[in-house]
Amino acid sequence: MTVSGVSLGVERLRKSWGNVEVLRGVDFGIEAGGFLTLLGPSGCGKSTALRLITGLDEVNGGSILIDGRDVTKLPAAERNIGMVFQNYALFPHMSVADNIGYGLKVRRVKRPARRASVARVAELMALGNLLDRKPAQLSGGQQQRVALARVLVSERPLVLMDEPLSNLDAKLRTEIRSEIKSLNKSLGITVVYVTHDQSEALSMSDTVVLMNRGTAVQLGTPEELYNAPASTFAAGFIGTPPMNLLAAEDVDLPEWLGAHGCARPSDLLLGVRPEKLSYPGQGMDVTAAGRVIDLEYEGDVFLVHIAARSGATFIMAYHGVDPPREGDEVIVGWDRKSTHLFSRDSGEAVPLGQ
Amino acid sequence: MNKRLPLGLACIMLVAPCALLVAFTHYPALRAILNSFWNNASSRRPSRFVGLENYQALLADDRLAQVLVNSTLYALGTVPLAIVLAICMALLVNAKLPGTALMRLSFFMPTMLPMIAVANIWLFFYAPGIGLASKILGIFGVAPINFLGRTDTSLASMMAVAVWKEAGLFMIFYLAALQAVPANLKDAARLEGAGPVRVFFDVVLPLLRPTTIFVAVNALINAFRLVDHVIVMTEGGPNNSSALLLYYIYTVTFGQRDFAYGATLTVLMVAILGVLAIFQFWILNRRAHYQ
Repeated sequence: MTVSGVSLGVERLRKSWGNVEVLRGVDFGIEAGGFLTLLGPSGCGKSTALRLITGLDEVNGGSILIDGRDVTKLPAAERNIGMVFQNYALFPHMSVADNIGYGLKVRRVKRPARRASVARVAELMALGNLLDRKPAQLSGGQQQRVALARVLVSERPLVLMDEPLSNLDAKLRTEIRSEIKSLNKSLGITVVYVTHDQSEALSMSDTVVLMNRGTAVQLGTPEELYNAPASTFAAGFIGTPPMNLLAAEDVDLPEWLGAHGCARPSDLLLGVRPEKLSYPGQGMDVTAAGRVIDLEYEGDVFLVHIAARSGATFIMAYHGVDPPREGDEVIVGWDRKSTHLFSRDSGEAVPLGQ
Repeated sequence: MNKRLPLGLACIMLVAPCALLVAFTHYPALRAILNSFWNNASSRRPSRFVGLENYQALLADDRLAQVLVNSTLYALGTVPLAIVLAICMALLVNAKLPGTALMRLSFFMPTMLPMIAVANIWLFFYAPGIGLASKILGIFGVAPINFLGRTDTSLASMMAVAVWKEAGLFMIFYLAALQAVPANLKDAARLEGAGPVRVFFDVVLPLLRPTTIFVAVNALINAFRLVDHVIVMTEGGPNNSSALLLYYIYTVTFGQRDFAYGATLTVLMVAILGVLAIFQFWILNRRAHYQ
């Protein structure tokens, strides 16, 4: 079973509920067969954007293009979109087989053909022996697979997923995460995925759209978002733990930063990822002094919480065997190329001078 | 938490509820069953045991046969009609339309009125010539009908009153149930291409089933329990055409003061209600639980 995916484009998408502007002109797009993730904190408008794409809600402005065709005014049922809902939205009174085959039944597919399609998808999703059960008799992971099967059986070229893994435990989450990823690649379906979990977004997507307060603040590949955050928001949202943001007075400023033309050091924030910090850090490109206030043991890594001179705290991911102890005065350092600069006022990234 | 209650105090605290239960529920029920095997006492001779004589009288009672037919028609007519109407009204007030608060109030109003008041209002509605019903018929050029005074319309008139009064209450239950139906289930069905009617019958209605069981049982009980409007409006007439079982029990027991036969009829009614309740729970319960 293969479906050729379709491209999706969203242009200047706007939506308000009463006086509240939920989406303030969002643009993004994905080519056929791609995997796009809308990432952002709750309330950023990502689920709203998804509902607008499905056609379940009407847009207030902008347009939606599927396969190059403007579908903004088309009713939901005619957009040929499949959707996996956050709580699966399985019909509790129908068996697994009826749930999967419901769409085919609505579209008047004959019973034998319907049975065959359901059986084929159930096989693919390892649900073959559960077809007679009711959703309440299934585990969370099985319910999730039924929801996926219900979307797959209709062979939709575009599938939207609204935080489909948020109700699963950690182990199942990784399992189904890779299942979704492989379905995307092997079947060629275009997937638009909504999550607030940045690690999910980074590990699954071809393109990530980072959203905040109804706008798309950064759009790029996972590597681009991780390596070159466009703002302090992106820096603080991506990575576990997220990027440290230090004021210039907490850092022993190197010469080259002073020579950096576009701003005074006091107007800048220095960003550095916890895993790029070294201890001891004497003699490195950039250094900062502070006192260890907390130590978190995470197995392969210690998360060392350090209070800088101003009292602001930052985190170092320490991989060695001899971490500093709580209360120690330490000097940590990092490379010039691991330094990110942001404007203190606007939060925008400032290019690092060579 | 589990402090032991002294045995004496426990007994005292149990006595009050038990006494009420026995005095007003168990003793009268038992008494009714016992009475049904004895005949009536008079000033000259005391009551004596007659065995199944009263029950034999039941079988030969033509008036009872008519009353049972009436009650059956009444239940079959009012229960489904009240349910369908309640669902329709609930859907209407649940839709995001302007003025739903006012609509809810007006639908619920009949439920808040006492049955006696409802009966009086409908007496005016049905009044031949001057009542609302006649006026409406007049618009279509139909001659006025004496709804309450004809054997072929009196029972239907009673049913209309009952449905009008009850549907509002059931609407509240359906409204609560409708609001509990997860929106994403309806969204999922819509995305699969189901229209509003299809979504209602495939998704919403099955999820309303537990409410329907509850409402159906209550509506059925009410169909046997509420006879105030019969007493006020027709007194069972004309020619017993609107007499219901409870009304018949009332006239036999307190009108004719035939307590023995009244007790026998009561036993019959309790038996009918018991069988109906068991049947309803059995047939509806099989498919009610999925959560």
